[in-house]
Amino acid sequence: MKRGTDWVAHAVLCLGVALFALPLWLVFAASTQESGAIARGNVSLIPDPAGLGVYAQVLTEGAPGAGPVWRMMLLSFAMALGITIGKIIISVLSAYAVAFFRFPFRMVAFWTIFITLMLPVEVRIIPTYAVMAGFGLINSFTGLVLPLIASATATLLFRQVFLSIPDELVEAARMDGAGPWRFLRDILLPVSAANIAALFVILFVYGWNQYLWPLLVATDPKLDTIVIGIVKMIGTETATEWNRVMATALLALLPPVAVVLLMQRWFVKGLTEGDK
Amino acid sequence: MERRTIFSGWALPAALVLPQLLLTFFFFLWPAGQALFYSLQRQDAFGIRTEFVGLENFSELFADPLYVETIWRTIIFCALVAFISMALALLLAVFADREIRGRGVYRTLLIWPYAIAPAVAAVLWLLLVHPQIGLISGMLNAMGIAWDYKLNSAQAFTVVVLVSAWKQVSYNFIFFLAGLQSIPKSVMEAARMDGAKGWRQFRTIVFPLLAPTTFFLIVVNMVYAAFDTFGTIEALTRGGPGKATETLVVKVYRDGIVNLDLGSSSAQSVVLMLGVIALTAVQFRYLGRRRDS
Repeated sequence: MKRGTDWVAHAVLCLGVALFALPLWLVFAASTQESGAIARGNVSLIPDPAGLGVYAQVLTEGAPGAGPVWRMMLLSFAMALGITIGKIIISVLSAYAVAFFRFPFRMVAFWTIFITLMLPVEVRIIPTYAVMAGFGLINSFTGLVLPLIASATATLLFRQVFLSIPDELVEAARMDGAGPWRFLRDILLPVSAANIAALFVILFVYGWNQYLWPLLVATDPKLDTIVIGIVKMIGTETATEWNRVMATALLALLPPVAVVLLMQRWFVKGLTEGDK
Repeated sequence: MERRTIFSGWALPAALVLPQLLLTFFFFLWPAGQALFYSLQRQDAFGIRTEFVGLENFSELFADPLYVETIWRTIIFCALVAFISMALALLLAVFADREIRGRGVYRTLLIWPYAIAPAVAAVLWLLLVHPQIGLISGMLNAMGIAWDYKLNSAQAFTVVVLVSAWKQVSYNFIFFLAGLQSIPKSVMEAARMDGAKGWRQFRTIVFPLLAPTTFFLIVVNMVYAAFDTFGTIEALTRGGPGKATETLVVKVYRDGIVNLDLGSSSAQSVVLMLGVIALTAVQFRYLGRRRDS
């Protein structure tokens, strides 16, 4: 077999990489230029080092349509972490109960959780809003996070992981006289560490990228997430400050991209082995 | 699926599932039940009187040519997004699976876009396609093609399809690459001995072996295109111009939250619910099959 350089593969992959890298570069270049020039359609592909101050500006002042970016990023961060950690804890606990205990209505509990797979926010928009209003959760941080914590997908995943633990291991733990909590802490959590890591990435990105839910339950600008904020910025058609919008877009991308890149190995494995 | 239970007692397990069950009940089951309930009722314009109207909301919905049009638009939108995004991802995955120098770097540079939010994807594309500031718009206009997706329906539809598909390429790439890597090397060797190379090898060996992945991705992409693209569409066109880019989810949001039409919006929610149930059933039937074989 010949062992030369596979030029076709390199060419195709370079084009593919460029398809995603070029828009990003363009956004970076534009963020450093004058808003007026961008508005006239004169975007240069070369960034202007003098314009880098825009990042400090958006972080502290924001742009027309939305408040300071540091605040929105902090909120997005808290929301993403809250959703991620909440989902993982609640799913581990319920999967543990369903997989290792026998109790009345066990299968009812399991199917009740399962059904939520078929009920995304979009199919129950108004009544969910009404429930939130009833609990006084509109325009509250709890309202942003709590309802998104229930998770059939994560519960199913953990249940599958728990069921695949060899019987010998379970038996050995039992011989050691491990109680329910010790069994969870010493056996189940270490065994599913890789799954938890993978799920962390998937759920963090999920939480950070939420749009419809915050749009519904948090109309107070103080509760604008960064994703909501940037759509508000481009919504002000009259005086859009394009360089600030582009700087904000890059900042909005940074945390979820960093999480994906830093935990890439676990993430890819967990994504393709588990469910979506 | 059963495993020997090792702990007895019911108080502890009940306490363990309780948080999940409470959330599920209050934020999923109860609202879904309410949607069903509202979909059979009608309120007068002032929200004072409510009457039971049976399936009238549904018959009105399907008698409305605008709604039927939205259904078709959504189906075409989903099919195009799924097809474009999967085709591109498969092409990239096939080449990224080859033994070439720097493939780890290529993979990383193709995986990061997984993290892009649908709404942020729209903002990234503004510099290319926005009627005033876009680079591509400028080129098209210079070529004599009048480009303004905020006014031209076909252009608007094209833009939301392309941006939505673009955002999903990485997800599909990850799955296709994993699918390709799971094909045993011996199968490929055997195919090569039989003289199957290049396109023929792909068409007769690789693509059929990828069928489970492809099928799984079709379902996931349809769900993505139907639901998760809301942010992309809202940021780019808000469903316009006219109703050119209004999908079912955009419409249920408009009618329910913006126009406060409770009965119709609830009926639309129920229709969407049936759609999701059908897709989930298909997915699980298939997933079950994969696990058995």
